Amino acid sequence: MALIKGVLSKVRSGLRRTRQALAAPLRSVLSGRTLDEALIREIEAALIQADVGVAATRRLVGSIREARSSGALTRGEDALEHLKAELKAMWPSADRALRLADTPPTVILVAGINGSGKTTTTAKLAAMLQAQGKSVLLGACDTFRAGAVKQLEVWAHRLTERAGAGAPAVHLVRGAEGGDPAAVAFDACDAAVSRGVDVVILDTAGRLHTQDPLMRQLAKIRDVAAKRIPGAPHEVLLVLDATSGQNALRQAAVFTDAIDVTGIILAKLDGTARGGSVVAIRQATDIPVKFIGVGETPEDLAPFDPDAFVEALFATDDADRAA
Amino acid sequence: MFDRIQDAIGGAYRALSGKGTISEANIRQAADDVRTALLEADANYQVVEAFCEEIVAEALGREVTRSLKPGQEFVGVVHRKLVELLSPPDGAEPGVVQVAPPPTVVMMCGLQGSGKTTTCAKLAAYLKKRGRSCLLVAADLQRPAAVDQLRTVAEQVERDAPGGARVLFYAEPDQVGAYGEAVGVAVGVCQRALKEALRERVDTVILDTAGRLHVNDELMGELERVHRAVRPHQTFLVVDAMTGQDAVHSAKAFHERLHVDGVVLTKFDSDTRGGAALSINRVTGAPIRFIGVGEKLDALEEFHAERIAGRILGMGDVVTLVEKAQEEVSEEEAAALQEKLARGEMTFDDFLKQLRAIRRMGPLKQVLGMLPGVGSALKDAQVDDKQLNRIEGIINSMTSAERRDPSLLTASRRRRIARGSASSQQEVNRLVKQFEAVSKMAKQMAGLGAIGKIKAVRQMQGQAQQLAAGGGFRPKAGTRTVSPKAGYKKRKAKRR
Ligand SMILES: Nc1nc2c(ncn2[C@@H]2O[C@H](COP(=O)(O)OP(=O)(O)OP(=O)(O)O)[C@@H](O)[C@H]2O)c(=O)[nH]1
Ligand SMILES: Nc1nc2c(ncn2[C@@H]2O[C@H](COP(=O)(O)OP(=O)(O)OP(=O)(O)O)[C@@H](O)[C@H]2O)c(=O)[nH]1
Ligand SMILES: [Mg+2]
Ligand SMILES: [Mg+2]
Repeated sequence: MALIKGVLSKVRSGLRRTRQALAAPLRSVLSGRTLDEALIREIEAALIQADVGVAATRRLVGSIREARSSGALTRGEDALEHLKAELKAMWPSADRALRLADTPPTVILVAGINGSGKTTTTAKLAAMLQAQGKSVLLGACDTFRAGAVKQLEVWAHRLTERAGAGAPAVHLVRGAEGGDPAAVAFDACDAAVSRGVDVVILDTAGRLHTQDPLMRQLAKIRDVAAKRIPGAPHEVLLVLDATSGQNALRQAAVFTDAIDVTGIILAKLDGTARGGSVVAIRQATDIPVKFIGVGETPEDLAPFDPDAFVEALFATDDADRAA
Repeated sequence: MFDRIQDAIGGAYRALSGKGTISEANIRQAADDVRTALLEADANYQVVEAFCEEIVAEALGREVTRSLKPGQEFVGVVHRKLVELLSPPDGAEPGVVQVAPPPTVVMMCGLQGSGKTTTCAKLAAYLKKRGRSCLLVAADLQRPAAVDQLRTVAEQVERDAPGGARVLFYAEPDQVGAYGEAVGVAVGVCQRALKEALRERVDTVILDTAGRLHVNDELMGELERVHRAVRPHQTFLVVDAMTGQDAVHSAKAFHERLHVDGVVLTKFDSDTRGGAALSINRVTGAPIRFIGVGEKLDALEEFHAERIAGRILGMGDVVTLVEKAQEEVSEEEAAALQEKLARGEMTFDDFLKQLRAIRRMGPLKQVLGMLPGVGSALKDAQVDDKQLNRIEGIINSMTSAERRDPSLLTASRRRRIARGSASSQQEVNRLVKQFEAVSKMAKQMAGLGAIGKIKAVRQMQGQAQQLAAGGGFRPKAGTRTVSPKAGYKKRKAKRR
């Protein structure tokens, strides 16, 4: 119980950090001003600088212009509220929960480009599930990158240690370095079934969406999991780096093509990047954002909160002005 | 990666061409296209605004040279500006500057996951190839297994990378702590590593530091202390080429605290448009020294502003293409081909060989973007093995005389070839058309100077478009025109 409490308070403080970064939102700039073309351009600039992208920004700003010419919006703050409502409507609360199998084990496949935060996110998910009293098994399917297996092993060890006696362990299944990642996935699923583990999380090697053979390898990992456990993987999570720009759209599209992504985790949102690319992604796809990463420790995972996220999009800070 | 900018600038100078003078209106229109393209390429908003203002001012203040069309003039302005933006301010050489007496100390820094550790090893391989020994120092005591990662790649370089020099590794594994626990320890580790480097008489010391957020005061403070303690000769900021608008913020913060001497842009092998390259240079003034183009330890290239700017302008990054091609074709082969091309004597066999080489050279789009002239027209085309086999089939059904001289290909001969290769006559016609267009382009490009190339590119743009429109190269599904949403829905429907 103490552990769970600790986790909760950490997440809360992590979120507070993100919220604080959002202080001085565009609101203060917009309040008390009439909504004219100059102001609309400022909003446009704010969206672009949040990585929302040119096309998605144009669509959003277009709807403000429309509402203004119809007389529905007249003041700066109206425009902001209008935009926020529009953005928040993009992410219904329904699809934010982790999808678990009716009968365990649940299999979660974690994928993404190099260095986006997959392995750390895997550890964070494991910590979260562990805090919910579930036993977790990590499959070290990154057999390629130097130190990748060891990294996951350290996490499994740390999570097991700190949970103390009686708490569910975090297992690890690994293969030979340079070995077939799909074989590791199979072994992990196999071990999960025989050990009666609740959730399997498969950490995969980073790969650029432009590398066809590696994308096919990922599909193979997924297929192998499905073969061993019918219905698996129950979640296919794409870890995106919040500092990524418009390339994130390509990543979302290509990874979805290859392995039917079921949810996005937006990592590294604790910096100054706004992660606005998920707005553009949402305009183009049905993939929901499920969690955000707000730090490097296992507790630094929070459910995606559209309200806080949208507020953050409009944060202006000195860095923006000084650039 | 700069394909979109190429598009826009191509569009801009198409719009401008034929008109006698550069007017404010058409310059603004062109600059607006450039602006959009740069923003879509993730260049920072403020940087783009400033850049566009400058090119407009410069273009307007310029007398149009009689011999050049205004469109060319504008391209010249944009090109010069881009090179200026991307070039080292002091005209510094690319690569690692060495100091005497050794060791030269190089410190890597950057955000989490940007590619620091990998780049350390790549740099070691780069130096080894040039006969310089180095010591890799594991100064990341935070990330789980960071030390093991560096040790592994250091051993790989020592064992497998070409070159004669030693590659040593320094770590103090017992100092490793969990996040937040080992802050500050890196200072001592680096100091002791430096002593080791002196004892071992290595040429270069490379410090791999932990990834950190530019807004994390504690960790940035640690980095400053390391910096003060070891006084690196070169501080390299390692940045992911896919970074968006935030690139300026992190780069600026690292630069202010450490004074960044050089930038390494990693993951350049992705299809990112790489506008971050423009942003970072502008806010730090630090030159981009290297680009990372893959996970392998030899995937590091020196950065050349001219090349990238050329790519931006759709002039084609000829140099890189030639270098890449050289990995595929032997030097004599390449020279022979070059001569043939210049004489307009390309054969169908050469054509096929070229297609195969392009196919092997990696993501086709990337290569096509570098091909002079054809880049913007063919960037969404995809040549897969199946198509290559069909093309090969058709060519195999030609006589050797026909392969050398397409003018022999009369309608009846084409019918025969179609039958022989089990393809349609349209397919044969299409291939011949493609061949002729490519052959003509190749001939024009061979042996042209820079200005000539700009001219030629403009002429070719029209031809290339026809070539693409003529088909043969299947437009790739799922690019830009088809929204991923549509694809997603389709699949969902299928599953039900
Ligand atoms: N600040 C911050 N750092 C993070 C976050 N998530 C991951 N990181 C850091 O980002 C770096 C890369 O994370 P990894 O989990 O190793 O990334 P990966 O996607 O597994 O990397 P590859 O396997 O090499 O492709 C590490 O230094 C992590 O500590 C986050 O939410 N916030
Ligand atoms: N495709 C590609 N991948 C790269 C390149 N450079 C690095 N990577 C990959 O990016 C991921 C992260 O690289 P690291 O070298 O671990 O990054 P780092 O900056 O040391 O990460 P931290 O120490 O956690 O901050 C790994 O999967 C690397 O293999 C590159 O140029 N191209
Ligand atoms: Mg990993
Ligand atoms: Mg590292």
